[in-house]
Amino acid sequence: MSTPHVDPARPTGGRVGLRRRLWGVAEALASPRRPEDYLDMFHPLRRGADLRARVVAVQPEAGGAVTVVLRPGAGWRGHVPGQYVRVGLDVDGIRRWRSYSLTSPPETADGTISITARPVPDGIVSAHLSQRLAAGDLVHLDQACGDFVLPDPVPEKVLFITGGSGITPVIGMLRSGLQRLRDVVLVHSDATDTDVIFGPELRDLAAGGRIRLVEKHTRTSGRLEMDELRSLVPDLAERESWACGPAGLLDEIESYWADLGSGHRLRTERFRTTLVAPGDGGTIQFTRSGTTVEATGAMTIMDAGEANGVLMPSGCRMGICFSCVLPLREGTVRDLRNGEITTAAVGDGVLVQTCVTAAAGTCLIDN
Amino acid sequence: MTVLQRKDVNPIAHLSDADIEEIGRRLDAIRQEVIETRGERDAKYIRRVIDVQRKLELGSRAVLLASFFPPAWLLGTAGLSVAKILDNMEIGHNIMHGQWDWMRDPKIHSKTWEWDNASPSEQWKHSHNELHHNFTNVVGKDNDLGYGIMRVDEDQKWYPIYLAQPLWNFINACFFEYGIAAYDLELGKNLKYKRRRQDPAFKARAKQTLHKIRKQATKDYLVHPLLSGPSFLHTVAANFTANVVRNLWTHSVIMCGHFPEGVETFEKHSIDGETKGEWYVRQMLGSANISGNKAMHIMTGNLSYQIEHHLFPDLPSNRYHEIAPKIQAIFDEYGLRYMTGSLPRQVGSAWGKIIRLSLPNEMAEKLKPKPKPAPALMRRRSRPAAGLRQAVAALIG
Repeated sequence: MSTPHVDPARPTGGRVGLRRRLWGVAEALASPRRPEDYLDMFHPLRRGADLRARVVAVQPEAGGAVTVVLRPGAGWRGHVPGQYVRVGLDVDGIRRWRSYSLTSPPETADGTISITARPVPDGIVSAHLSQRLAAGDLVHLDQACGDFVLPDPVPEKVLFITGGSGITPVIGMLRSGLQRLRDVVLVHSDATDTDVIFGPELRDLAAGGRIRLVEKHTRTSGRLEMDELRSLVPDLAERESWACGPAGLLDEIESYWADLGSGHRLRTERFRTTLVAPGDGGTIQFTRSGTTVEATGAMTIMDAGEANGVLMPSGCRMGICFSCVLPLREGTVRDLRNGEITTAAVGDGVLVQTCVTAAAGTCLIDN
Repeated sequence: MTVLQRKDVNPIAHLSDADIEEIGRRLDAIRQEVIETRGERDAKYIRRVIDVQRKLELGSRAVLLASFFPPAWLLGTAGLSVAKILDNMEIGHNIMHGQWDWMRDPKIHSKTWEWDNASPSEQWKHSHNELHHNFTNVVGKDNDLGYGIMRVDEDQKWYPIYLAQPLWNFINACFFEYGIAAYDLELGKNLKYKRRRQDPAFKARAKQTLHKIRKQATKDYLVHPLLSGPSFLHTVAANFTANVVRNLWTHSVIMCGHFPEGVETFEKHSIDGETKGEWYVRQMLGSANISGNKAMHIMTGNLSYQIEHHLFPDLPSNRYHEIAPKIQAIFDEYGLRYMTGSLPRQVGSAWGKIIRLSLPNEMAEKLKPKPKPAPALMRRRSRPAAGLRQAVAALIG
């Protein structure tokens, strides 16, 4: 056994030294596992564990959305309203990570946080979230991130433009920052009035004079146009603005603000990068070697890499030994044995067998 | 697959190329069916096995703290032996085959898993997953045939040293994990020549193995016994016993996979240009199962379904028993012998072969059990061209 490493920057009092020594013994005892693996069986939310959260409640919201109330583990470092968090859920046995806006204020009486999601068509994870997730379940969590937040000090005049579930990061800001905000306009688009997530809460805020709420119901009056927005909010160029919603709306808003010369006053948040429909072949980017390869749908990622001078890990070359597995950071690939498509969202890092997998669109391989 | 044609009874003489490709297609379909239905229940299964294994290990080690008390010694040693077997077989072996990679759980993944064994997982995955599973039973390519220290096939040349191989095999069984570590390092070959001994890649791998051995030995023979205080020596004995029990068990199970009489081996060049269908048939003829109850299957890591495992090494182990009847039906339909038997029978058969082949071939031949007629010859399929094909093949060489 090696002597435990002592960090000179830390106090080396008897208690700390003893603790480290005990941990060293625990590590020796747990080998080849880690002591954490055993502790996780009994206390998965303790300090020092991988970040997880226990589901406290799953509450329905308007428009089929659900709010999931979570009690995060001791390692949770908190969040700033407007930020999002990546949540890992085991759906049909497969761990899938998705990002959701935090809808709770950073400080709650019971230390819980909440996320709100609206099911998307064919959305495996959002369906699981609304239909199967139950109080008591464990989910995996990352720390909160994102800069779609209010600055400190807050600006005089604020404009929020949201569409559909784009309201979720904004509700967090409204719930925690309203005492600081004086002049808030919220322009929200949704299909009908009953579809508006947090509709009653927003209308109460408006009725109480805390915000000016403009609701746009697209099913009856069409989508929000920029000219219309201009007449609804005549002073929009003077306002610090935050926009979150469908990609088309955000594109229009961004170019409109750019034309006004007020691009610096606008922050946008996009929930999803546009996913490419799986095709046949595509561009493979090997992120570490910096090589980009155009590959056909019949060419394995391994062959494509090797043909272009990328040193690829390899083994049996027939899909049985798993020596060639590499993380797919983003994009879509096809298993050549059965045509199965695997898609990785940004940061996902799904491990794929490069010897039996081909590109099915643009993909980023970590090698 | 020409090697089989030199046998007295060629078990695939009656199969046409089209038959072999059809077998491949049907096996692919079985594989696909399992993949499509993989899900929550499978994930729950492996998580449960891991949970049981960890609790059993923790509990047994706790009991062994009082191992000066004989019943505690017995109970703790038995529990620890089972825990170590589960860790190696149903958990370690199968996770490292990538059977659970689809769950995308970084803790239960072939890339990250390390097992309680002298051989580092990385090296074992190379010699086992890559070499053995790819070149199953190909003499000269699959070192698992006798692990390079034994003669288990008539085609391997006899030397007088082989007379002692039953003894080697017993010693290897007792210390199997170290045997495997040496095997993964290709120690025999690498220590023989100075150039190989000094190869930095080999030295790095040897260092990695020694590090692993030191860690596992520190745990079993130092830290855990020290914690038991007055039970120090009893705990050392308990841990040693558990390791030997685990080694004997895994060695027995693994011998049953490819060593019993009747399992076919293949010539080095017989796999040149092998199709996927032919690869499947080689796995079918080169593996043997162990029959038994559910506990037996779990304790063998479902390697009791060695045939199914060799056909589909990366399908979740808990599914092998479901597909076994379908696989057996394919064997029956195509007149191939599905080798299976109880553990004592298969272990006995494998030991018999090791003892028999310790002798030179003339003597070994006399002791050879009479080959059972292949089912194909009993079932006589209506395939008039089969004999003709063989004759033509022999003529055109």
